[in-house]
Amino acid sequence: MRLTVDGQQFDINADPEMPLLWALRDLMGKTGPKFGCGIAACGACTVNVDGQAVRSCSLPVGQVTGAVTTIEGIGIDGKLHPVQQAWLEEQVAQCGYCQAGQIMSAVALLEEVAAPSDADIDDAMGGNLCRCGTYPKIRTAIKRAAVLKTAGL
Amino acid sequence: MASVGKIARRTFLIGAAAIAGGVAVGYYYYRKPFPNPLEGDLAKGEATFNPYVKIGADNTITIVAPRAEMGQGISTTLAAMVAEELDVDLDQVKVEHGPASYAYYNAAILEEGGPFAFFDESMTAEAVRAGMGVIGKFLALQATGGSASTRDGFDKMRQAGAAARQMLIAAAAQKLGVAAAELETANGSILHKASGKSLTYGAVAAAAAAMAPPAEVRLKDKADWKLLGKSQKRIDMLAKVTGAPIFGIDVRLPDMLYGTVKMSPRFWARPVTADLSKAEKMPGVIKIVSIETNYGHGFGIIAENTWAAFKAAEAIDAKWADPEYPLDSAAIAEVLKQALGAKGSAMRDDGDVDTAFADAPRERIVEADYAVPYLAHATMEPMNATAQLKNGALDIWCGNQAPTLVRQLCANAVGIEQDKVTVHTTFMGGGFGRRVEMDYALCAALMAKQAGGRPVKVTWTREEDMRHDAYRPAAVGKFQARLGDDGLPVAVDMKIASPSVIAGTLRRLFPSISPLGPDKTIVDGAYDQPYTIPNYRVSGIAATVSIPVGSWRSVGSSINSFFHEGFLDEIAVAGKTDPVELRKMLMAAYPAAVKVVEKVAAMAKWGEALPAGKAKGMAFTLCFGSWVGEIVQVADTPAGIRIEKVWIAADVGTALDPDIIEAQLISAAIYGLSAAVAQEITFADGMVEQSNFHDYDAMRIFQCPTFEVAILENFHKMGGVGEIGTPPAAPALANAVFALTGKRIRTLPLSKGVAFA
Repeated sequence: MRLTVDGQQFDINADPEMPLLWALRDLMGKTGPKFGCGIAACGACTVNVDGQAVRSCSLPVGQVTGAVTTIEGIGIDGKLHPVQQAWLEEQVAQCGYCQAGQIMSAVALLEEVAAPSDADIDDAMGGNLCRCGTYPKIRTAIKRAAVLKTAGL
Repeated sequence: MASVGKIARRTFLIGAAAIAGGVAVGYYYYRKPFPNPLEGDLAKGEATFNPYVKIGADNTITIVAPRAEMGQGISTTLAAMVAEELDVDLDQVKVEHGPASYAYYNAAILEEGGPFAFFDESMTAEAVRAGMGVIGKFLALQATGGSASTRDGFDKMRQAGAAARQMLIAAAAQKLGVAAAELETANGSILHKASGKSLTYGAVAAAAAAMAPPAEVRLKDKADWKLLGKSQKRIDMLAKVTGAPIFGIDVRLPDMLYGTVKMSPRFWARPVTADLSKAEKMPGVIKIVSIETNYGHGFGIIAENTWAAFKAAEAIDAKWADPEYPLDSAAIAEVLKQALGAKGSAMRDDGDVDTAFADAPRERIVEADYAVPYLAHATMEPMNATAQLKNGALDIWCGNQAPTLVRQLCANAVGIEQDKVTVHTTFMGGGFGRRVEMDYALCAALMAKQAGGRPVKVTWTREEDMRHDAYRPAAVGKFQARLGDDGLPVAVDMKIASPSVIAGTLRRLFPSISPLGPDKTIVDGAYDQPYTIPNYRVSGIAATVSIPVGSWRSVGSSINSFFHEGFLDEIAVAGKTDPVELRKMLMAAYPAAVKVVEKVAAMAKWGEALPAGKAKGMAFTLCFGSWVGEIVQVADTPAGIRIEKVWIAADVGTALDPDIIEAQLISAAIYGLSAAVAQEITFADGMVEQSNFHDYDAMRIFQCPTFEVAILENFHKMGGVGEIGTPPAAPALANAVFALTGKRIRTLPLSKGVAFA
């Protein structure tokens, strides 16, 4: 089966029932998306498929038709994505394990809403669990990322 | 408080364990330094000065920060200690965790292991603290825990940086033919101002490292610090925002196999029957092996990918023996309740409590029963480890809080000598005390033994992780107070029963050591609080329930702060005293505590009227050497109670990195609030009932309050940071819920009594 991930084509031999997450991690070497729960309850595995945030742990790889973007593929020309840049500036991460998923949810949110309100953030990010409690900084960083992105930085 | 006589009569656990373990050796051994573990593994042109500093000829400066990075920012702060004295910026250095080595033993982790409150600075208490440091060296545990890393590293890592700098200057003086006193250092270079000549550290590193270390090292005055005391950019941040492969679960090796485990859902129980045939035939499955460790019994599945291993684990059809502990939560609760009938050991026994209650009029008595459930750690990264056993040597990659233990236990498990084991400690996706356990490493090591020399990455499912933890123990408390005419308590008697964390940990990690003496963690956070009450007794009783229990962020204080501070709130209400004023009066002998309470009360505008439907609650805890006050504001909303705002004031003595400390305080408070609101691990048929985040959830972003934090530096000793925000969170919230609703909820989680938004 052929998949486009982070702009690169992969030919893999996988059980179509295998979740996209395990195909990415074990068969394609994309370890950016993380395994957290396996039931779409924590968001650590979030990737974007055609710009939509999806939980790759619960999406059978056989059902993936669009282009997949992981945390490893959002940088532009070797520069960080505005969301990553904002995360860096706000020093968001603690253990960092959930952050790839948090960032991918935030990237999808900003594609949809240029200047998200607190309620927009609550809606878009509620599926991403963080056990270190970085939520206050995530909120600030999303708002900063919105400014950076709008300014074209 | 404990006197010399009481100490002599009473063994206390960690000391007893150390002696029983046969590690009581002489003074000489204690004074002798461990060899530098970096010496055997230097790159070309690289020189090492001590276990913390390596400098290459190309001026690459590497600092070893030998504590587990689980999000607490320790690698940044430890590196800053060395960098400060070495006179280099943090962006100029590489920071590594380094190898497993006894040279990196944590002396501070045991320092408060004696039966003394942190504020007790009597000669006995200080002597025992010094003795505990010696025991720390004997045990030589390279461990991250007890909120001890900065306290442990503060002197020795600054000294390591300063010693290396002095040696570099001495070598440069020789090379330039000038007096050392004429040389200055900055940004990794040595400058001779008079001649304008300069040398990089790298240019003289080899010569400098060959010199004898200085006999005396002078450390900078605090006023001259450039890095310490100031917020640094975290050294791990870029890797964490780019999805870099930094966690154990990200390890990839040539020819690697994948795997998972299916361990007995009843702790310690063996399989009675097991049909592996269906699982063995599944596509991608290579082998299913038996696993036996001190953590229990089960199976390891080796496969071509993780998903195949997960599917096969589900297909194993096994029946497990009956458990050795009560079958369900109700029966366990009964054992705890029965344990409360025992006398227990009083870790605090001021005045004469029995006499004070003997003639107490009924209307002056306040009584309450409290309870908390078992809790799982639920780190975001499920347990995992990668292991390879090839040509008699074992390599093991995993995030872990105790590398020398990983080395020792895995060597024993596969039957090789410790010097044939290399531990590669990765960043960890959360620790909270879970990764001080060795089960995930042992499973991987045993599976590697049967993988024909190929590496195996063994990843647990979330369900396996949730159901095989070393849980925060359940606990119950029975409390009684006698109030005086002024409403203040004249007598408080607290009895707390809980399974012993120390006994449980010894069974898993050091089964040959029998626990002797009382387990102080049963009463930590209750017996050692800075309150003066004329008759004040806190007793702990170890209840016999052998479900595995371990260290959960703040350990005993996570339980006992809820008990103690909840009960103190009840005393305030019964005595018609303001809860903040009550605490200030009882802690008047401890100015650092009073200042913390005054600060947090001022921040939260405590005492000012709130609109209808809003209320505040407060709590205070002294733990891990830091003094912490928290105030929680809640609001009644149509969807349920919403936690709106949390104020935290913490006196940590010396604040090494304010931003990291603030992040830790908020993190720990959210961890505590998550548990207080909704978390519990329950049992049925000898098995854990919860399995994943749908039935063991934590706070989400839409439930998260706003925070305001103040960091104080009034006390003269440095305190810990990583755990201290957790204990006061639950009681402050429960007290706020009482203030809002009039409901005094004495059993966690609170969601059993009220609905939260």
